[in-house]
Amino acid sequence: MEKGKGVVGRRWAIDFTDNSTAPSSRDIPDPLGFTRASPDQDDSTLSRQKKDAEANWKSQKAWEVAQAPFKNLLMMGFMMWMAGSTVHLFSIGITFSALWQPISALQGVGKVFEPYKDKKVDTLGPKLLFIALNLAGLALGVWKLNTLGLLPTHASDWVSSLSPAQEVEYSGGGLPIR
Amino acid sequence: MAMAIRVFLLLLFASFSAHPSFALYEDQVGLMDWHQQYIGKVNHAVFHTQKAGRKRVVVSTEENVIASLDLRRGAIFWRHVLGANDAVDEIDIALEKYVITLSSEGSLLRAWNLPDGQMVWESFVHGSMPSKSLLFIPANLKKDKDNVIIVFGKGCLHAVSSIDGEILWRKQLATESLEIQQVFQPLGSDIIYAIGFVGSSQFDTYQIDAKNGELLKYSSAAFPGGFSGEFASVSSDMLVALDATRSILVSINFRDGETSFHQTQISDLVEDYSGMSKIFPSKLAGKFAIKINSYVIFIGVTGDNKLEVVEKIDYPAAVSDALPFSEGQQAFALVQHGGSKIHLTVKLDNDWGSDLLKESIEMDHQRGLVQKVFINSYTRTDRSHGFRVLIVMEDHSLLLLQQGEIVWSREDGLASILDITTSELPVERKGVSVAKVEHNLFEWLKGHILKLKGTLMLASPEDIVVIQGMRLKSSEKSKMTRDHNGFRKLLIVLTKAGKLFALHTGDGRVVWSLLLPSLRRSETCEHPIGLNIYQWQVPHHHAMDENPSVLVVGRCGHCSDAPGVLSFVDTYTGKELNSLILAHSIAQVIPLPFTDSTEQRLHLLIDASRRAYLYPRTPEAINMFQHEFPNIYWFSIEAENDIIRGHALQRNCMPEVADEYCFNTRDLWSIIFPSESEKIIATVTRQLNEVVHTQAKVTADQDVMYKYISKNLLFVATVAPKAAGEIGSATPEESWLVVYLIDTVTGRIMHRVTHLGSQGPVHAVFSENWVVYHYFNLRAHRYEMSVIEIYDQSRADNKDVLKLVLGKHNLSSPISSYSRPEVTVKSQTYFFTHSVKAMAVTSTAKGITSKQLLIGTIGDQVLALDKRFLDPRRSINPTQSEKEEGIIPLTDSLPIIPQSYVTHSLQVEGLRGIVTIPAKLESTTLVFVYGVDLFFTRIAPSRTYDSLTEDFSYALLLITIVALIAAIFVTWVLSVRKELREKWR
Repeated sequence: MEKGKGVVGRRWAIDFTDNSTAPSSRDIPDPLGFTRASPDQDDSTLSRQKKDAEANWKSQKAWEVAQAPFKNLLMMGFMMWMAGSTVHLFSIGITFSALWQPISALQGVGKVFEPYKDKKVDTLGPKLLFIALNLAGLALGVWKLNTLGLLPTHASDWVSSLSPAQEVEYSGGGLPIR
Repeated sequence: MAMAIRVFLLLLFASFSAHPSFALYEDQVGLMDWHQQYIGKVNHAVFHTQKAGRKRVVVSTEENVIASLDLRRGAIFWRHVLGANDAVDEIDIALEKYVITLSSEGSLLRAWNLPDGQMVWESFVHGSMPSKSLLFIPANLKKDKDNVIIVFGKGCLHAVSSIDGEILWRKQLATESLEIQQVFQPLGSDIIYAIGFVGSSQFDTYQIDAKNGELLKYSSAAFPGGFSGEFASVSSDMLVALDATRSILVSINFRDGETSFHQTQISDLVEDYSGMSKIFPSKLAGKFAIKINSYVIFIGVTGDNKLEVVEKIDYPAAVSDALPFSEGQQAFALVQHGGSKIHLTVKLDNDWGSDLLKESIEMDHQRGLVQKVFINSYTRTDRSHGFRVLIVMEDHSLLLLQQGEIVWSREDGLASILDITTSELPVERKGVSVAKVEHNLFEWLKGHILKLKGTLMLASPEDIVVIQGMRLKSSEKSKMTRDHNGFRKLLIVLTKAGKLFALHTGDGRVVWSLLLPSLRRSETCEHPIGLNIYQWQVPHHHAMDENPSVLVVGRCGHCSDAPGVLSFVDTYTGKELNSLILAHSIAQVIPLPFTDSTEQRLHLLIDASRRAYLYPRTPEAINMFQHEFPNIYWFSIEAENDIIRGHALQRNCMPEVADEYCFNTRDLWSIIFPSESEKIIATVTRQLNEVVHTQAKVTADQDVMYKYISKNLLFVATVAPKAAGEIGSATPEESWLVVYLIDTVTGRIMHRVTHLGSQGPVHAVFSENWVVYHYFNLRAHRYEMSVIEIYDQSRADNKDVLKLVLGKHNLSSPISSYSRPEVTVKSQTYFFTHSVKAMAVTSTAKGITSKQLLIGTIGDQVLALDKRFLDPRRSINPTQSEKEEGIIPLTDSLPIIPQSYVTHSLQVEGLRGIVTIPAKLESTTLVFVYGVDLFFTRIAPSRTYDSLTEDFSYALLLITIVALIAAIFVTWVLSVRKELREKWR
């Protein structure tokens, strides 16, 4: 809003800026029926309502997000059932993704609930649910790994590459060479 | 790690169940295998130079081979390997179209068609007593348009029709001790002369009518001095023989049935005569050759029984028989040595002064001395006579000399291999670059583009030929450096002639050969024989600069207490580093599991009186040895007494034998088999260099069984003495086969099985914790194979996972045979169709790959049989988990899958042994099969899971990668453009 200070000898000027929201500086009465109410004052009540709604929405969303792994869990279960219990590329791929998804999700628990962070919203419940569901997913993955026989839970897994023990004595010989 | 291996093993099993066998495509033949055909040391040679036909020579050899060779190139036209006990005695050509052979000590007469080698007829010559066998084909003895063959064998003289082998007449000649030495027919008469010695002093002459075999005249005369048995025929009515003292030459004249003797002292003919003399068994007219001291003396016979010296030449020389070549003229060849050359002289036998031919030919001194000479003549274009000579050298090689040069040579010593070992090739140094092999990048790319065309099926027939040629003679496989996969090695073989050959595994060529100086006849060692060959020094790690070397063990003479000979040979250069003639004999050689600082392996040599000698003879070796002294044992098997004894080393035998490397031994235990019921026929131990990956065997239900893995186990098979002979010589009731597993440290019998109604021959292989053996079941009239697997029961309770995780187990603690481990045994038996000549098992670098049995069949082929077929856990209905593990449902007989013949369509004639050598690549085993022929290939029992296949298209991979990169680039550019367009909108 520069008023042409550099211009010397100006007689008149019209300011086209609309000062409608500012209190009238030239004492021009407001038109009838127009009340100059402060928008800030008005907003504060509005936003309170809005914030409440948002918090509600956030907590709702947070719960939704927390429940999301459940669907995943069901899908994983189905996929695992489809993959069968023999070891091949498909079943190994599915099992490892079933293990990796919960782990990566658990690593990013904070990030997942970041948008829903609020003073009023309590994200602890959803977080715990989220973690629990992911742990369930992880358990499912481990269980699958076990059914595939890829967990070292048997004695055979620990001795299968154990080299033969050394012998104390050495004996040679045989038929006399002809 | 364990998990990874399990995944890997499970994947492996999955791949197994998908492919029970593997085979070769037709165009893969010759890519990684090679096959060489040999005939052995030539005994007799008969030339056949038909005017129109191809020129060939028919030979018979010490390996009982008869073969027709191309005279131009030395290639084999046809070849027959007779059985091991069907030795060829005589060979000749009849009717210009049949090759007649007399074999099996004069009892089998066969006629073979000359052009193609098919057998025309065979006839058995019967007789009562063993005797010398002679074959004589008269040139013009006819009976009803049929040429007659005169055969002397088994003490009878036979006339055989040459058309169908029918025996025309038969005449018993031999009395108690008559040895007929020669059968001949004077030119133009119908009388056959048979002459021989009775006892040592009587000389008999028989004159027999050739038409009907009637005895016309018989005369006998005794010579009081006695004969030595050696003689030379000088003319149709005269022989010259040596008397029993070998100092008098006796000329025997038997004209017209009158026998007269005439003696000449050798010392009268030769001035400085002393010692032994020897007559060359040559057939020259009016002449003979005799070896005295270090000379060969030609002696002529003049009309009135007078002998006179014609010429005296230096000893290493050989003389051929006389060859009639034009009217009444006979020529013979004489080969002498001079420096690095051999001198060939062809002379007329009635005119000593003139030489028909005199040539000097450069000769590789690794071939040794000339041993046999066969002469043949041909007509040159100018109608003059030329001569070609076939010579057999000391190393059993066969060479054809013509016009002053060696036309061809055959390394036939390789037909009689005694022992084999391997050696690594030198490591690739900076000087030898890969570029030298790959020519240049353009060639390389061209080759791969061609291959790519082949895989995409775009190649034209010409291209396919080029591709095949490229694959076959890929220079990669015959390089002289070590390769990453360990496929290129040197096979060091010791032959009967005492020659070492180094064969390249890539293409089978001879890299170097060495006629071992220590295994040649010398003053100190009259009859040296080669025995075995061992790896002496295998440098790796800290002794990388040394060349590897092998130890060749020999003996001076055939009896077991003859002094031993050791020779050390550098395997890179093929030079003998050192050789020793030992003061003691060699009964056994035991390589010890220790090496000294220069990677020389310690060896214990046991002599006939059971003293042990340590080699190498260095203070370092004795220090190492003394450290391990109480834990070294050895055992001896006396097959003739049916006793097995175990011994321990006692102390230095210093007072009796002044040798600090000599040790006395004492008997620890002995197993004496009852001689009336058991006779040892086969023993087998584990290979010393076998590597076992793991001690645990995991079964389908995650259970673990611990293998009993010990190198100190001996497999012994005994049979009833009655059943020790051929199959069918005993009834099932009186024959049995007993199998033992014996710990050779303590003498403990770990396991014993009796197979009633079975008999040998037994062939067995011992690997890891199992034995597979092959024998004949008389009741079932079939061959059987049995497997025994041994498991360690004392470790079986190591099954607590937590303890295993924490390492609280005794599985890796050293084991002693004295702890008497408890074992359990699983075994099973199957029928097998083939009889077996040799059996071996594949061996790999780490022992992870599953095993295959390699069976040398009676048809001289090698069959690969998965060990899975010989798994004692096979059952008729395996459970699902057992099936997953790869257990095959039990069948009564072992399958023979035609595709699993390792030798594919080839035959390794006279197969005697199979050797497996691990390659560096875990999946692969190198297989060398030897007999009269040699065959080499490499096999992957579980397919090549650890490398790309030979025909993998690198070009396709490269093009795919390039295309992908290009696609990425293009899509990136496109996406950038699109984004920009979006922004302007």
